[in-house]
Amino acid sequence: MKNLKLIALLVIPTLFTISCNNDDDNTPVNEEEVITTVTTTLTGGGQTITLTSRDLDGEGPEEPTVTVSGDLVAGRTYTGSTTFLNELANPVDDITAEVEEEGDEHQVFYQLVSSLGTVTYDSENVDVDGRPIGLQFTLVAGTAASTGNLTVTLRHDLNKAATGVAAGNITNAGGSTDVEVVFPIVVVD
Amino acid sequence: MRFLSILFFFLVSFFGYTQVTITGVISDVNGLPLRDTHVHIANKTTATDANGNYVLSGIPKGKQKLYISYIGYKPIYEIQDISTDMIVNRQLKLDVTKLDDVVIQQVANSKSESSNEQILKSKTIEKFSNQTLGDALKEVSGVSILKTGSTIVKPVINGLHSNRVPIINNNVRLEDQQWGTEHAPNFDINAAGKITVIKGASALQYGGDAIGGIVVIEPELIKKDTLVGKTILNLASNGMGGSLSSSIQKGNRFGWSWNALGTLKYLGDRETPDYVLSNSGNREQNFSGSIRFAKEKYNFNAMYSFYNAQIGIIKASHIGNVNDLYNSINNQQPSYIAPFTYTIAAPKQEVQHHIAKINYQRWLNDNTSLDLQYAFQLNNRLEFDVRRTSTNTDKAALDLQLATHTFLADYKTSVGNWKLKSGINLGYQNNFANPKTGVRPLIPSYDKLDTGLYGIAVYKFNNATSLESGLRYDFSTIEATKYYIKSRWTERGYDAEFSHFIVGEEGNQWLTKPTFNYHNVAANIGWRKQFHHEMEWLVNISLASRNPNPSELFSDGLHHSTGQIELGDLRLKKEQAYKFNTTFKKDWKSLSVQVNPFINRISNFMYLQPIGFETTIRGAFPVWEYKQTEALLTGFDVNAKWTISNHFLHESSLAYVNGQNLSTNVYLIDMPPFVWNNKVQYKNESWFHLVAELKSELVFRQNQVPNYNFETNIIVNNALTPVLIDISSAPKGYHLLHFYSEMTFEINKKNSLTTSFSIQNIANTTYRDYLNRQRFFVDEMGRNVQIQLKFNY
Repeated sequence: MKNLKLIALLVIPTLFTISCNNDDDNTPVNEEEVITTVTTTLTGGGQTITLTSRDLDGEGPEEPTVTVSGDLVAGRTYTGSTTFLNELANPVDDITAEVEEEGDEHQVFYQLVSSLGTVTYDSENVDVDGRPIGLQFTLVAGTAASTGNLTVTLRHDLNKAATGVAAGNITNAGGSTDVEVVFPIVVVD
Repeated sequence: MRFLSILFFFLVSFFGYTQVTITGVISDVNGLPLRDTHVHIANKTTATDANGNYVLSGIPKGKQKLYISYIGYKPIYEIQDISTDMIVNRQLKLDVTKLDDVVIQQVANSKSESSNEQILKSKTIEKFSNQTLGDALKEVSGVSILKTGSTIVKPVINGLHSNRVPIINNNVRLEDQQWGTEHAPNFDINAAGKITVIKGASALQYGGDAIGGIVVIEPELIKKDTLVGKTILNLASNGMGGSLSSSIQKGNRFGWSWNALGTLKYLGDRETPDYVLSNSGNREQNFSGSIRFAKEKYNFNAMYSFYNAQIGIIKASHIGNVNDLYNSINNQQPSYIAPFTYTIAAPKQEVQHHIAKINYQRWLNDNTSLDLQYAFQLNNRLEFDVRRTSTNTDKAALDLQLATHTFLADYKTSVGNWKLKSGINLGYQNNFANPKTGVRPLIPSYDKLDTGLYGIAVYKFNNATSLESGLRYDFSTIEATKYYIKSRWTERGYDAEFSHFIVGEEGNQWLTKPTFNYHNVAANIGWRKQFHHEMEWLVNISLASRNPNPSELFSDGLHHSTGQIELGDLRLKKEQAYKFNTTFKKDWKSLSVQVNPFINRISNFMYLQPIGFETTIRGAFPVWEYKQTEALLTGFDVNAKWTISNHFLHESSLAYVNGQNLSTNVYLIDMPPFVWNNKVQYKNESWFHLVAELKSELVFRQNQVPNYNFETNIIVNNALTPVLIDISSAPKGYHLLHFYSEMTFEINKKNSLTTSFSIQNIANTTYRDYLNRQRFFVDEMGRNVQIQLKFNY
């Protein structure tokens, strides 16, 4: 009786060990949260300027590659649009559609000093509550030559009703940042 | 000369004429004499004979302490004014709950002979029924707490925490992913009957890696044939909720005994003096039960416990990038405040912990026992994040399942003045990082095997002096399966050193199988010496070794719950600590003082250091890297207890730690600030056992901080501007007042009701704490009024 108990004590752990041995699941994580590529396109006066920020290692140590295809012309009005891609997914995942669909939870912000230009949201690109999503916009370049940065930010879970947010002011928006990229831009006369 | 002769005469009379003899009879409440009862008056001790009689002579006149104890009975502790020979007869009452305490001391002895053990008894533990293990441990001087919000609380012993402070629950070493600073011990405080804190690595039977110290939790065990129950109801104003914990226990010295415990906790958002801490609610549903069969020569135990918690993480602490961090630090206002709610939304944690164990103890003879134990633990941690897509909101961003099997064999014997303990342990651990979360896990899947072997010897020169020494060897091997982003692998410089770990390739990731082996030695030598009865001196020197944990080795990216990039290092070596610890205890008539200085020299000390930031498409993120350094921790804990009168008591404690990073000549990060606690207690047994306490908690500002601030560009007025991110400075010091009172109503011989009323943070002080990970985002909790009802039946 006594020996039986001892044997049981020694055997049970072994059984547990065998039965619990996990199926070694070696599949890599399909990264659904990552945005790798942000493209803002400005068209106006026969000109198409593409601003791209691409970070193919996601959270990896490499900095995003930022390219701007041309200079803006002072005083000119550009029609702008922004797209988001996850190029790590196979096939490539277009996140723009997602942002559009869940428009009431997302908004794109454009920040630049007024000497470089001013941005106004396209009144057509709105969510179910009639508030801007910001994927389409108009940029009027500054009246004189200058250089600076355009920061494109995508926020989600933000307070879209807060003061100034509908006009594109990020100050009171809150929420969490999905994208924040800085494009160096040049305005020429 | 004349003076000397007077002095001589005085001394002679002091010794010769002021001593008296005390006699008496000790019996139980029915008048039956108790044999071998311990009677202690002033510095003399004796035991009663078969008729309960005792004689103690040579007792000095004056107010003397009297202590009478007998196993299983409530001890009598009082002050007697002794002027002539006296008869002191006393009756001892049966103590149902006390039994195990004494028995443990007899058979198993203390956990470490030469270390200063500080013990929390069930009476103190019950006060924290609504809170956490960490909150209760804070009662011990030298123990501070590391918090994430107000509900995730980890104990810090002499400045060290997490893997450096193993928690032993019911003889099972808790394996609950304790590597994370935001992973609280998965333990229901209501299941603890007694908690022992050992500030060092001297309890070698539990492991050789307790660089900070060890926490040993034991359940309440009744060894008397009786059935008792206890129900505790707590209501708290802050969080607008409470908890209900109920236990029932069938005790027995021999034969069958069992117990069962259930706890429910339900609290909503906590509040600071100025705003709601949105999403700070928590819930717990816990159960534990055990069954025991005992005979004279052996006993058999089986136990199962289940801990199930849902913990909200304050929403304002969920930051995007360094921009949000800068705004939080500078505004000192949370970015998200909503009205009070009980709802817990993302970010949140859902944690489950199962423990099942069987234990068999056999007495080979009166002095020798053999213990065999198998324990299985299963820990599942789900962390839910604010996800980018709403379809993912209900999907955990982190899903780790940790299974641990341990087998222990312990042998204890005493021969003459020697006491010997030795044992082996075998452990197998498997961690499974679920890849279906859609987020790369920082902690990989791994398999780990551990074996350990220890021996401890205690030699008692006499009742007052003993020497203890122990040695332990541990072997551990870990094999992980992890995907590394190729660019990260290169940036970490792993190409040359660790290319043999690469077993596959998947897109821009390497599939690796890093494997490490560790051989560790731990040792300990200590000395305990009692001078008279009023003074005691303990010295302990220990060597402990700790292997890098999975987060220190393998972290390689954005830690979503902290908003920072955390980088581990495969090159990390094990850390080794040499700790010198000494305690002086001195008792005067109404005052007792304990001083406990320590020096802890840690080689290859691992810590997380902010090193700058990395830019991703989401903006810049602060980068924290696991580093290794030579560290020196020094400090002291002081306790004083002053019995002012029969009714009034004053307790005071101080704790100080100085952490030096010797390699870079700066202070160590995250060291607890200087703390001074004071408590005045009023007690009146005749008013329904009234106890009323006022406690003052004074926490100084931590000025000994390293400067790890960094500069980055953020957008101010639509233009990029360089700013300094001050993540190093500690918040201001603070002073809090707490009140506690209780009364006990004895309904009949068996049933009693204890009601307590307490207020934490009476003044509703606004403050932030250096050891709270959310100090960048929110204030600490404001005033909390609590009511507790406890029924014993």
